[in-house]
Amino acid sequence: MRPSLVRRLLTPLAGRSTSLGDAIFSRLTLVFALSVLGILLTMIVLLNIDAMPAIRKFGVSFVGNSSWNPVTEQFGALPAIFGTLLSTAIALILAIPVSLGAAIFLAELAPGWIRGPASFLIEMLASIPSVIIGLWGLFVLVPFVRSPVEHWLGKLDFIPLFHGPPFGVGFLAAGIILAIMIVPFITAMSRDVIRAVPDSQREAMLALGATRWEVISSAVLPYCRSGLIGAVILGMGRALGETMAVTMVIGNGYGVTASLFAPGNTIASKIANEFNEASGKVFIGSLVELALILFAISLIINVLARLLVWRITRGVRESRE
Amino acid sequence: MTRKIPLSPKRLTFILSILALVLLVPILAGCSGGSKSETSTPTPTLAPTTTPITTPTPTSTMPAATSLTGAGATFPYPLYSKWFDEYYKLTGVKINYQSIGSGGGIKAITDGTADFGASDGIMSDAEQAAAEASHGPVMHVPMTSGSVAIAYNISGIKSGELKLTTDVLADIYLGKITKWNDSRITAINPGLTLPNADIAVVHRSDGSGTTYIFTSYLSKVSQDWATKVGNAKSVQWPVGIGGNGNAGVAGQVQQIPNSIGYVELAYAIQNNIPWAKLLNKAGNYIEPSLAATTKAAEGVPLPDDMKVMITDSANPQAYPIVGFTWILVYKNQQDQAKGNTLVKMLWWAIHDGQKYAEPLQYGSLPSDAVSKAEKEILSMNYNGQPFITP
Repeated sequence: MRPSLVRRLLTPLAGRSTSLGDAIFSRLTLVFALSVLGILLTMIVLLNIDAMPAIRKFGVSFVGNSSWNPVTEQFGALPAIFGTLLSTAIALILAIPVSLGAAIFLAELAPGWIRGPASFLIEMLASIPSVIIGLWGLFVLVPFVRSPVEHWLGKLDFIPLFHGPPFGVGFLAAGIILAIMIVPFITAMSRDVIRAVPDSQREAMLALGATRWEVISSAVLPYCRSGLIGAVILGMGRALGETMAVTMVIGNGYGVTASLFAPGNTIASKIANEFNEASGKVFIGSLVELALILFAISLIINVLARLLVWRITRGVRESRE
Repeated sequence: MTRKIPLSPKRLTFILSILALVLLVPILAGCSGGSKSETSTPTPTLAPTTTPITTPTPTSTMPAATSLTGAGATFPYPLYSKWFDEYYKLTGVKINYQSIGSGGGIKAITDGTADFGASDGIMSDAEQAAAEASHGPVMHVPMTSGSVAIAYNISGIKSGELKLTTDVLADIYLGKITKWNDSRITAINPGLTLPNADIAVVHRSDGSGTTYIFTSYLSKVSQDWATKVGNAKSVQWPVGIGGNGNAGVAGQVQQIPNSIGYVELAYAIQNNIPWAKLLNKAGNYIEPSLAATTKAAEGVPLPDDMKVMITDSANPQAYPIVGFTWILVYKNQQDQAKGNTLVKMLWWAIHDGQKYAEPLQYGSLPSDAVSKAEKEILSMNYNGQPFITP
C-alpha cells in the first residue's frame, strides 16, 4: 500500500528521523526558507510590471541615455549609474585602508583598556541613522570640503578630477560621507574575522622568530582574507544603496563629468527625490526601472565577490597541499 | 593574547555617562538660545477677507458622513491640518488627510481611493481624461495661494536690495548669465556693488509644487525657457545644484557664497532668508509678501474651471511668482452622505477657513476666486440633486 499524502508530506527531508515533531519542524523551516525566495521573486516581478512602460518606450537605450526630462518624458539612467558607482568607489578607496588599519589595531595590537571602549564606540557609530549623518554632512562636512579641501585640490585643476567651481556638495562630499558610514561596518566585521584566526597560526610564526608585522602580514591576514573581502563587500553593499545622507550632500545634478567637484546623483537618491511627485506611467516606470538596475548592480557585484572569494580560498588550499 | 573584549559593567557605565554628557551639553546650551526661533502657534485675529454672498441652505435633510479621506499635496499641508482640526472641533467630522504629494493626490482621486485629492499643479489633459473616464467631470477648487521667493547670498547685500527682471532671472537659471557683475544685472541695480563671482544656481531636487509655480512663471516670461525646459513639478535643469525640500535649497543658499535659489514664501519668512525684488508685468519691482501674493489673483480674469496659473499677474501690486493650490473633487458624487459632508467642508474652507491662511503664511483667496470656487461647489451633486443651493 502506498503511504498516504499526509504521511509522505510529513516525512522529514533528511529521511533519517521518523519523529513527527522533526517532520513538522523541517517542513516549517522549509516554508520560511521558501518565503524569503518568494519575497525576492515577487519583488522582481512587481518591479518589472511597474517598469514596463519605460522598458517598452526606451529599451536598452535607457541605460546609455543621459537626459532626465519629465516635461518631454525622455529618461535615461547613465548619470545615475555613473554616480552610484563613482561615489561608492570613492567611499571604498577612503574606507578600506582606514577600516582595515583600525581592525588590525583593535584585534592584534591594542591594549585591553582601549580595545573595549573603542569597539563599543565603533559599533555606536554604525547605528547612527543615516539622516543624522546627512545633516551633519550638510552643515559640517560640506563647508569643510568646500574650503579648505576643494580650494586646495582646485590648485591641481589641470587634472580633470579637480576641475570646476568648489561648491562643497558633489561626488567628493558624497564619497566621503559614504566612507564615514561604511567604516564602522567594515571595521567591526574585519576585527571579528581577524580575531577568529587561530592562535596556532601566530604562534607558529612567532616560533620562527617573526616580528609582529611579519606575523600579521604573512600569517594572520592571508588566513582570513576571504572574510576581509566579505567585510568590504558588505560595506560596498551599504554604500550602493545608501539614500538619505547621499541625497543631502551629492548636489543632485544630472550628468556624467570627470570632475569630483561636480554635483551628481545616485540611483537611490534619484528615486528618493522624485518618486513622491512623479506622475505619468513613463516617468514612474523610469524610476522603477532605475530600481531594477540597482538590483542588478548589487547582484552582479555579489556574484563577482563570491567568485573572488572562491578563487582566493582555492588558491590558499592549493598552496597548502 | 586575550580574545575577550574587556568591557566591564563599570567601564560601560563610564563610557555611557561621558557620551550622555557630550550629547546633553549642546542640547542644554540650545535651550536658552534656540527658543526664539520657535514659531508660536498664531492665533487668527483677522476678519475673513471675504464674506459669503449668501449663507447656503441644505436642499433637504440629507444623510451626512462622519469622516472623509483626502490625499495629495504637501505644500498646503500645514494649513489643511489646521483646517481639518478646527472643522472637527466645529462639526465632529473627522477628515483624514495624507500629504503624499500632488501626484499621489491625482492618483487617489482617479482610483477612487480618497474622497478628495489635492494638488499644487493643474492636472494634465491625460490625467484629467483618465480620472473622468470612471466618474465624470473632475473640478479644481482653489483653496489658498502660495508664492515663491528668490533667495540669494551675496555678502554685503541685504534682503530686498537686489532687483531682478524676468529675463535676467530666466537667463540665470538657463546658465546664460554666469557672473553676478554681468552688465545685465548691474544695469538694473545701479546702487549695488556686485562681485565678480560665478553664480551658484540652486534648485529643488525633489518633485514639488514650488518648482511647478516657479517654472510656470519662467515659461510664461521666457520663450527660451518654455521651449528648452518647460513647466512641471520636476524638470531637466540646465545648470545648478539640487537641494531636497525648501530646507535643502535654503541650506545650500545660506552656505554657498554667491548663490541664488527659490523657496516657498512661508519658509523664507519663517527663516529670515534674504530675497530679491522682482519686476512684475505692470513694471513695478515687488517684494514677496502675503499681501502681494493675494493681489496676484485680484482684478485679473479667472476662468470658470479655475485651472489657471496666476504667475506673472497683471495686477500692478502683485508679486509675479504666485500659484493656487487646489482640492480635486468629482462634480457628480457617488455617495450621498460623503458628498454632502464634503460640500459643506469645502464651503467652510473657502469662507470661514480663510482666516487661518495668513497666520500660517498662505495667501487668502481674493473675492473673485472665492465666487468662482462657490460656483464650483454649488454645482456638486448626487444624481443631479445639488447638496446646497444659494
